[in-house]
Amino acid sequence: MEQREIICTTCPMGCHVTVTMEDGKILDVKGNTCPRGDAYARQEVTDPRRVITTTIGLTDGNVLPVKSDNAVSKNRIPEFMQKIHHVAVKPPVQIGDVLIPDIDGEGNNIVATQNATA
Amino acid sequence: MTKVDLVVIGGGPAGMGAAVAAYDAGVRDILVLERDVRLGGILEQCIHNGFGLHRFNEQLTGPEYAWRFEKELHARNIAYRLNTMVLDITEDKVVTAMNSEEGVFQIQAGAVILAMGCRERPRGALNTPGARPAGIYTAGTAQRYINIMGYMPGKKVVILGSGDIGLIMARRMTWEGAEVKMVLELMPYSGGLTRNIVQCLQDNNIPLLLSHTIVDIHGKDRVTGVTIAEVDENRRPKMETAQEVECDTILLSVGLLPENELTKKANVPLDRLTNGAYVDQRRMTEIPGIFACGNVLHVHDLVDYVNEEADIAGQGAAQYLKDGAEDTAKITVKPGNGVRYTLPQRISAVEKTTVFFRVTDVHKAVKVNVKNDEGTVLLSRRRPRVAPGEMETVVLTEKILAENVGKTISVELEEV
Amino acid sequence: MFDVAIIGAGVIGAMTARELSRYQLKVVILEKENDVAMGTTKANSAIVHAGFDAEPGTLKAKLNVAGSEQMEEICQELGVKYRRNGSLVVAYSEEDMPKVQELYDRGIANGVKELSIVGKDELKALEPSLSDTAVGALYAKTGAIVCPYELNIASVGNAMDNGVGLMLNYEVKAIDAVEDGYVIHGSGEDVKARFVVNAAGVYSDKIAEMVGDHSFTITPRKGEYMLLDHDCVGDITHTIFNVPTKMGKGILVSPTVDNNLLLGPTAVNQEDRDDKNTTPDGLAMVESNAHKVIPNINTRGVITQFAGLRAVGNTGDYILTSPRKGFWNAGGVESPGLSSAPAIAQYLVERMAEEGLALIPDETFNPCRKALHKFSEMTMEEKNEVIKKNPLYGHIVCRCETISEGEIVDAIHMNPPARDVDAVKRRTRAGMGRCQGGFCGPMVTEILAREWKIPMEQVTKFGRESYLNYGKTREVTSHDEG
Repeated sequence: MEQREIICTTCPMGCHVTVTMEDGKILDVKGNTCPRGDAYARQEVTDPRRVITTTIGLTDGNVLPVKSDNAVSKNRIPEFMQKIHHVAVKPPVQIGDVLIPDIDGEGNNIVATQNATA
Repeated sequence: MTKVDLVVIGGGPAGMGAAVAAYDAGVRDILVLERDVRLGGILEQCIHNGFGLHRFNEQLTGPEYAWRFEKELHARNIAYRLNTMVLDITEDKVVTAMNSEEGVFQIQAGAVILAMGCRERPRGALNTPGARPAGIYTAGTAQRYINIMGYMPGKKVVILGSGDIGLIMARRMTWEGAEVKMVLELMPYSGGLTRNIVQCLQDNNIPLLLSHTIVDIHGKDRVTGVTIAEVDENRRPKMETAQEVECDTILLSVGLLPENELTKKANVPLDRLTNGAYVDQRRMTEIPGIFACGNVLHVHDLVDYVNEEADIAGQGAAQYLKDGAEDTAKITVKPGNGVRYTLPQRISAVEKTTVFFRVTDVHKAVKVNVKNDEGTVLLSRRRPRVAPGEMETVVLTEKILAENVGKTISVELEEV
Repeated sequence: MFDVAIIGAGVIGAMTARELSRYQLKVVILEKENDVAMGTTKANSAIVHAGFDAEPGTLKAKLNVAGSEQMEEICQELGVKYRRNGSLVVAYSEEDMPKVQELYDRGIANGVKELSIVGKDELKALEPSLSDTAVGALYAKTGAIVCPYELNIASVGNAMDNGVGLMLNYEVKAIDAVEDGYVIHGSGEDVKARFVVNAAGVYSDKIAEMVGDHSFTITPRKGEYMLLDHDCVGDITHTIFNVPTKMGKGILVSPTVDNNLLLGPTAVNQEDRDDKNTTPDGLAMVESNAHKVIPNINTRGVITQFAGLRAVGNTGDYILTSPRKGFWNAGGVESPGLSSAPAIAQYLVERMAEEGLALIPDETFNPCRKALHKFSEMTMEEKNEVIKKNPLYGHIVCRCETISEGEIVDAIHMNPPARDVDAVKRRTRAGMGRCQGGFCGPMVTEILAREWKIPMEQVTKFGRESYLNYGKTREVTSHDEG
C-alpha cells in the first residue's frame, strides 16, 4: 500500500488530498472538500495531464503563442515541445487555427492563441 | 484642440474593458490610447493559461483573454490608436499624446480613464548588493524576451521571488530548455497561487526555498552565480547558512508597482497604501472626471477582477459625462487592524458598494468586521483563511451606507 | 605615427584629447573598455567643486579653481547640462565650526570666489529640509553639478568630430620607448606615438611601470552610492557635504542635473582594481547618513545603487609627472578630479608643448558639439518638426524618461558611437529611470542589433562577455514548414 499526497489545483483552496493506492489501484481518496478534488486526485495519480502553452516559430522569424486545445499527458511534454520547436508556420494565422493536428495520437491539437498578420 | 468625450489611457484588459463598459452605458465618442504595437497590454506576453475562469468560466491564455475584449472593441467601432504614448494629462483633462504618424497632439477630454497598468520592481528597489553584470532581469522582461521576441535570456536560472510571474517563468524557461536551479522566497510563504506552485515548480522538480534570499551577485561580465542565504524572522540573512549557486541568469519577481507617473502629472492624489489614486466607489479619483481602474489603481491577483473594476469605472465615467459628479454620501473607508488597504477609499453616493481589501498577514480563521467611527459593527463575516496575496471583499448594502452618511467606515480583522 | 596617444578615455583623457584637437596634431585615444567614461568618471559624485578643499599651493588647489571656472563655458560648448546650485559644508556641532572656518580660509587662499559662512537660520532658509541639528555651514555659491559621463562622452565626441581617433577594447599591455617616441603594444595592432599621456585612472601606476616609472602607486578607493527617483528631490537644491575627514568629504546629498537625488559615497580602500560591487554595509551607511542630513528623505524611492573606484595616489596631490621625455602621467586624479579636468588637460598640453609638441592651431576646429535632440525638453512645435523629418522621434522607447527611438539611433551613430546597452543609457538616459530598463532594455538591444547589423545575441550590456541573451528560441528553416 502506498500513499500519495496531491495538492488539488482545481480552485485556489489548494486542498491537500491523500490518495491511498495498491498495485496501481486507488483504494481511498481523503482530504478533498469537494467532488472536483476527488476527480482531480484520481486523474493525477493515474494519468496526470496538463495544457501546454508555448510559442511556435513563424516563417517570418517571429514567434506566435500556441497551446494544446486540451490537457495532454504530462509525462510526454518534452516530446511535444520538441515537435513544436521543429515546426515553422507561414502567416497569416488566426487565433484558434490548428497548427499541429493530433500532436499526441489522442486527437489533441496545437492551436494558435494569437493572430499573426502576413 | 480635438474634443473627445472619453479618453482611455492604456489598451490592456482594464482600458479595453472600461471602454466597452462606457460604450454600453451610452458613451459613443471614445478614444483608447495604447503605447504598444497592439492592444492587450501585458496579457500579450502572458501566453500561459488560467485567465478568465471567473469572467468567462473557462481557462484562456493571456492573448486569448485580451482578444475577447479586442473583439468587443471592434464590434462597437471604438476608436483606438496604437504606438501612441501619452506624455501628459492636466487637471482640466487635456491629454497630450504622441506617435510617429501624427506627431504630438492634444485632446480635450470630457472624462479620462487611467488604465496604464503596473510595472515590476527592479533590482535597484531591492538594495541587493553585489556586482552589476548582464543577466539580471525582472521576470516580466524575461517573459517578453521569450514569448514576444523569441530570444532566450538565460540558460541556468535562479529566480528571486515566488510571485506568480516568477513561478510561471520557472516553467516557461524549463520548457524552453533552461535549467531553473531554484526559486527563492524571502517570506516564509509564497505569494503565488497553489496551482502555479504545483504545476510550475513541482511538475518540473524545481525547489522552492522559503525564507531565503540572494545576498551577493557574482560575475564581471555576465552573471556567474549568486550567494544565497536563509533569513531569520526579521528577514535578515543568516550568513552562516550562505551558499553559492552557479547560474548565468537571475530573474526577479519581487512585486509590482502601479505605474502612476501620468496620474501624478494630473495632480491626482495618490494613496500611499495602494500606490494608486484615491477613488470613490465608481473609481473616480479626487479630480472630477478622471477615473482609474486595473493595476494602475492597485495590483490585482486576477485579470477577471481587473475587468470587474474596469466595468465599474467605465460605467462611472458614463454616468459622470451624463450627470457630473456630486458627493452625496461623504463616506470615508479606511483599513483597520490587520488590513493593509481598502478600495474604494471614499464612497460618494448611497449605492451598493463592494469594498476590496488586502490583509497584512496570513491568518487562519478570522472575522472581518466593518465598523463606523462610533465603533458600531455594521457587518461581520468569517473567513477560513486570508493571505496578503489574495484580495478579499465585503459588500456594503445601500441600507448600511444610508445609515452612515458622512461617517468613516473601517474594515478590520478580528482573531477567532 | 601619432603625435599623441592618450591611454584611457575617462574625463581626463577626453578633455586632453579635446584640448589637443584644437591643433594640427594626429591624436588617438586608447580605451580598454567598450565605451568611454567606464572608470572613475562613470561613478562619482558629479560635483564641480568650488575649490576650498585642497591645500593651498598644491596642483589640486590650483587646477580645481582653474577647471571649475571654465566648466560652465565648456558645458555650453558641448551641450552638457550644468547647474550652479551652490554647495554647503555643514557642521552638526559647534566643535565642527572651526573646521568650517578652516575651509573658508583655505578657499580664500585658493582664490575661490563668493564664499561665506552661514549660521543656523540662513542655512535653514537655504535648505529647509536639512536636519535641525545643523549649526552652520560653509556656503560656496560657485559649487556646481554636472553629469560626469555626459561631459566625458561629449568631450570625446567633440574631439572625434575634430579628428581625434578612438580605439575601444584596446588594452595596453606593454610600451617600448623608441628613438622618436613610443610603441604601444595592446589588444590590437601596435600604436606608435611621439607623446603618450597616461590617463589610465586606477591603472595609471601600472601603465607608468611599463616605461620603468615606479615613482607612484594608486590605491583604488571604493565609493558606494544610491540614486533616488525624481520625486524624492523635494526642496533640496544644494550639494550638501559634511565637514570632511581624511578619508574624503563624507557622504553627501545632492541633486543631479537630471533631477535625481544622489547619496554617497562611502570611502573604503581596496586592492582589487575592478571590484565595484556594492555591499550591504556600504549601502546601509549611505542610507543612514543621508537620513542624518535630511531626516525626512524618502530612500524608498531608490532606483539604483552603484559603486565607483577613485584613483587615490600616494603623494596626496595629482601626479602630473614625466618620468621620461614625451611620456606624461595623469595619475592620482581623485576628487576634485572632475572639476580639475579642463585645467589638467591644459596643464598637460602646455608641458608637452615645452617638450616640443608643436601647437599649430587647426582652423577647422569647432568647439561646439551638435547636441542630441533632448526630446523631453522640447516644445510641442519643436517635437512635431523633428517627428515630421524623422518619424522615429515619435516612437517612445524608454517610458520612464520619455526617450524616443530617434534619440537612441542618434546616440548609436554620433561620435563616440554607442555600441552597447549601457552606452545608449549613458547617452540618452534610456533605461536610467525607475524601471531600470525593464521595458526598454530588450528594445534597445533590438535597435543596437539592427543598427550595428549584428545578431541579437552579440549585443552586450557593456562590452566584453556581457551578453544579454542566448539567441533565438526557434531556429526554423522553411523546409520545416508545417
